[in-house]
Amino acid sequence: MEPILQSIHISKYFGSFCALDDVNISIERGKIFGLLGPNGAGKTTLIRIITRIYAADNGRVLFDGKELSESDVLKIGYLPEERGLYKKMKVGEQLLYLARLKGVPTSQAKERIRHWFRRLDMTDWWEKKVDELSKGMQQKVQFIASIIHEPRLIILDEPFTGFDPVNANIIKNEILRLRENGATIIFSTHRMESVEELCDHIALINKSKKILDGPKLKIKEEHKENIFDIEHQGDLGTLNHNLQVISSKIIRDDIYKSTIHSENEITHNDLLKILIDRVEVRSFYERLPSINDIFIKRVQEVTS
Amino acid sequence: MKKIWLIVKREYSTRVRKKSFVVMSLITPLLLVMVMVVPMWLATRDVPAKEILVDDESGLFKDKFQDDNLVEFEYYEQPLSVAKEIAFTSGKYGVLHIPKIDVYHPQGITLITEYSASIEVKMNLERQIDHVIEDYKLEISGIDKEKLDQIKTSVSIETNIINESGQEQEIHTEVAYVVGYLGSFLIYILIFAYGIQTMRGVIEEKTNRIVEVIISSVKPYQLMAGKIIGIGGVGLTQFLIWIFLTFMFYSAVGLYMNLDQLQQVNDSAVVQMGAMNSQNTEMVKDFFDKIDNIPFGFLIGVFIFYFIGAYLFYGSLFAAIGSAVDSESDAQQFQLPVTLPLIFSLVVLAAILRDPHGDLAVWLSIIPFTSPIVMMMRFPFIMNDPGWDLFVSMGVLVLSIVITIWMAAKIYRIGILTYGTKPTYKMLFKWIFAKN
Repeated sequence: MEPILQSIHISKYFGSFCALDDVNISIERGKIFGLLGPNGAGKTTLIRIITRIYAADNGRVLFDGKELSESDVLKIGYLPEERGLYKKMKVGEQLLYLARLKGVPTSQAKERIRHWFRRLDMTDWWEKKVDELSKGMQQKVQFIASIIHEPRLIILDEPFTGFDPVNANIIKNEILRLRENGATIIFSTHRMESVEELCDHIALINKSKKILDGPKLKIKEEHKENIFDIEHQGDLGTLNHNLQVISSKIIRDDIYKSTIHSENEITHNDLLKILIDRVEVRSFYERLPSINDIFIKRVQEVTS
Repeated sequence: MKKIWLIVKREYSTRVRKKSFVVMSLITPLLLVMVMVVPMWLATRDVPAKEILVDDESGLFKDKFQDDNLVEFEYYEQPLSVAKEIAFTSGKYGVLHIPKIDVYHPQGITLITEYSASIEVKMNLERQIDHVIEDYKLEISGIDKEKLDQIKTSVSIETNIINESGQEQEIHTEVAYVVGYLGSFLIYILIFAYGIQTMRGVIEEKTNRIVEVIISSVKPYQLMAGKIIGIGGVGLTQFLIWIFLTFMFYSAVGLYMNLDQLQQVNDSAVVQMGAMNSQNTEMVKDFFDKIDNIPFGFLIGVFIFYFIGAYLFYGSLFAAIGSAVDSESDAQQFQLPVTLPLIFSLVVLAAILRDPHGDLAVWLSIIPFTSPIVMMMRFPFIMNDPGWDLFVSMGVLVLSIVITIWMAAKIYRIGILTYGTKPTYKMLFKWIFAKN
């Protein structure tokens, strides 16, 4: 299936400063796409090009396979990292205004706002002024504002900042539900645990260049270091020269927990064969690197 | 267009619903009407005439003073100390003590009152004393008073102008003067108030950070245009409410006091004001008559044109400033060059008045930075026969608006997303010519 959004050789300069250098990304429909990168890497610039706030100096953005146009903006929902609302305006009125700007007819917008108020447990908020709300409550309003027009592509820049764990969880479930209903989500964050949890696909941008891109699991596979955690009965002893026991300790009676590193690629079955001959294998799994590790490793590689 | 309209509606409705807007809209015309009506009412209030005891040692003034509705005289020939006592025990207003005087150097005349004497009474007495002494001098010089009165002359020149079709039209310099000043000040105040509001609105959106949400839905220029139009609409609404309410209040007062009475009030106010001499009376009466000769429709039309023009011109500059800075205090350095021409236009009004058709006046009413205020000052002098300069002025203003809005939009587009740097003029200049 054709990707919902593609950026092709996107470059953007601010004066002589290069904010994005030949960035290609391709975002598949119905997936959660994690856009990662250290501060100042160019994530926000890329997002602003996708939302047509900036125009790229070079390259093209395709939406549904066609050149991104003015009307596509209505199909995109954007929750910026730096958020804000009109402080003196009432919540209901404000959401209605933002929905109308996104082209939703008044009656439909009102219906949807009420729907979201019920869903997110804020039924009596319509008449409240924004500056009467707590920061977390304002974030909820902002979240609704970014999806009220039922966009097909939702861009969330650090959506969880300002939320307590309970509300963060509510928002997380809403994001997953939006994906189930067919929306595609670009998710930009520093919080790697939420990337692990939510993202199907990630791209890593560092110093204006894309340095990593692919399905999350595939990237993990690519970055695995052939380390295995094994629980077994009986002592492993020494293995052949390609396999190295990094650690091995008794957890009870004759039961050990060991970590093995293989210098070569080795299939699980091959390793198991070696182990089964020696010990009783109680559990066995390959340790995959966390996104956090990959992130740090790749960023440091570029820096050094 | 639909989106701009949505923004206009929000900007307009949030401001018009504010308490401060409602209060300002009601209070200003009320004050205006009060300023017009209260002095008239005060002037016609029935106040008992003040009784003044005249203690005349010179003997020149006996029975010469004339009673009017302000003062009444009683003559008394007793030592001053006795007169004083009698005056204050019997509740008289005061004692006018006239010592023996040299009529050529009259000195030492005193009015002794319990409370400080009103300026009205003092002026009335001075006038009457002058008259008596003058009459006395005429008599001792052997000049016939009637002859002198015949010789005295008072001419009032009518100021008419000839328009192109050769018809003469009457204008009144004083009326033009007042109308011009009012129009200029009104433009100045409205532009200042609503220009600054535009700037604040932009800064608010920027510091609120809502601007990024909005411009992911609309183009920056649409947001800017919507804001400028919306706030300008508020200004126009305020102006129209002022005009309407002033008229309503004035009519209501008129009905209440009933129109004839109001006319009387008007006339008597005129008499009161012009009581000093008949020439003034004529002039003031004339003034009130000539107000009716002003083509109010044309005047208000031109005013609205220049208000909208000036507002768009300055409003877009203010919006650009707002977008470039992070806070209002940062805005000050950029505000000055924008407000300077406004203040200059006001300062230069006196010079414009001296020669409303001179080179200075014509040029300043064409240059768009000064034209709205200066033209409002000049307009009453040219309204009966507007020449090419009015149309050139309007044309130049429209053209300049296109340019300033274009420039402002360029600055705005980059400015609203630029945080944390204090912009310089050089940067703003760069932004104007930056592509994308």
